[in-house]
Amino acid sequence: MEHHPTLIQIPNFLGALGVPGAWVPEHVAMAWVVMAILVGVSYLATRRLDAVPGPMQNFMEVVVEMFVDLLTQMIGPKGKRYLPLIGTAGLFILVGNLLGTVPGFKPPTANLNTTAALAITVFLSYNYFGIREQGIAAYLRHFCGPILWLAPIMFPIEFIGHLARPISLSIRLFGNIFGEESVIAILLSLIWLGIPYVIYLGIMMPLSLFTSFVQSFIFVMLSMVYIAGAVQSEHEEHH
Amino acid sequence: MSRTQGARVLLLVTVLLALGSQVAFAAEEAKPDSSTFFVVSVLTGGFAMAIASGAAAIGQSRAIVSALEAIGRQPAAAPRIQVAMIIGLALIESLAIYVLLVALIIFFANPFIKYVVPGA
Repeated sequence: MEHHPTLIQIPNFLGALGVPGAWVPEHVAMAWVVMAILVGVSYLATRRLDAVPGPMQNFMEVVVEMFVDLLTQMIGPKGKRYLPLIGTAGLFILVGNLLGTVPGFKPPTANLNTTAALAITVFLSYNYFGIREQGIAAYLRHFCGPILWLAPIMFPIEFIGHLARPISLSIRLFGNIFGEESVIAILLSLIWLGIPYVIYLGIMMPLSLFTSFVQSFIFVMLSMVYIAGAVQSEHEEHH
Repeated sequence: MSRTQGARVLLLVTVLLALGSQVAFAAEEAKPDSSTFFVVSVLTGGFAMAIASGAAAIGQSRAIVSALEAIGRQPAAAPRIQVAMIIGLALIESLAIYVLLVALIIFFANPFIKYVVPGA
């Protein structure tokens, strides 16, 4: 399969420092495009904040309220303080996934580097939140399971289970988006009286839109579940 | 299909596979090593993905069936059941995605190809 360059290519401005390549890597450039879109939309929405909101501000308020609802439902009333991390990750992944449907752009989440960065951020964050909420001794007590003398067995198992979380988060998102994009690329490379285009518009495009939303939702939900598990202490109600 | 019929079909398929693989191995012994590598790796990738997709489909169908039954029993809880179902489906799907990753690595980024094709 030939390599088609994306519409926006940024020349390598760090070449003097020894970074190889003539261009900034595609997934990095596309991630910057996503960032530009998010910053631009946020700026337009918050330019003049009114008590009676205009359409842009209204839309962003709906989005933020959705995140806050999910957070309070999953983590409880203290969930709102995790809104910056969860909201940013969710919106970045959503816009990043949807960027693949625009011709001339590739989704940045179709690259394992981007998704691994997001997953590692979530992993480090929920551990940090857990330690900040409960103190390091109580947090490590979580890993030892309910019965204390089983700790030498439970601790490695829990540790490996926790390590599996960023791996599964990153590979799930990467596999879904990259697989979707690969199937579309192979489909459109078939020349067969225009039937591939019909299949693309009728089946693959709706499927890829659906997958984009579902995968970003899953990432956000799982991040909230991990944060909830780390932050809720023993005597509170377990969700 | 009754049980004995199913058992007979299974026996027939096994015998055919055994015989067929005999033919394939006999043919491969006459060829140089690298085409055996490619044939086996492509077969492995294809079969792995097929089995993973089938198993994931069965698992997801069980999740959807129980979610639908729960919604039928208590329609008021439908949104919460839907959310849990979507999360469960995505978790099961991710297992098939892991196999897709392995298949993609086998096809496109095979680390052992440099032992088979000199200079790859």
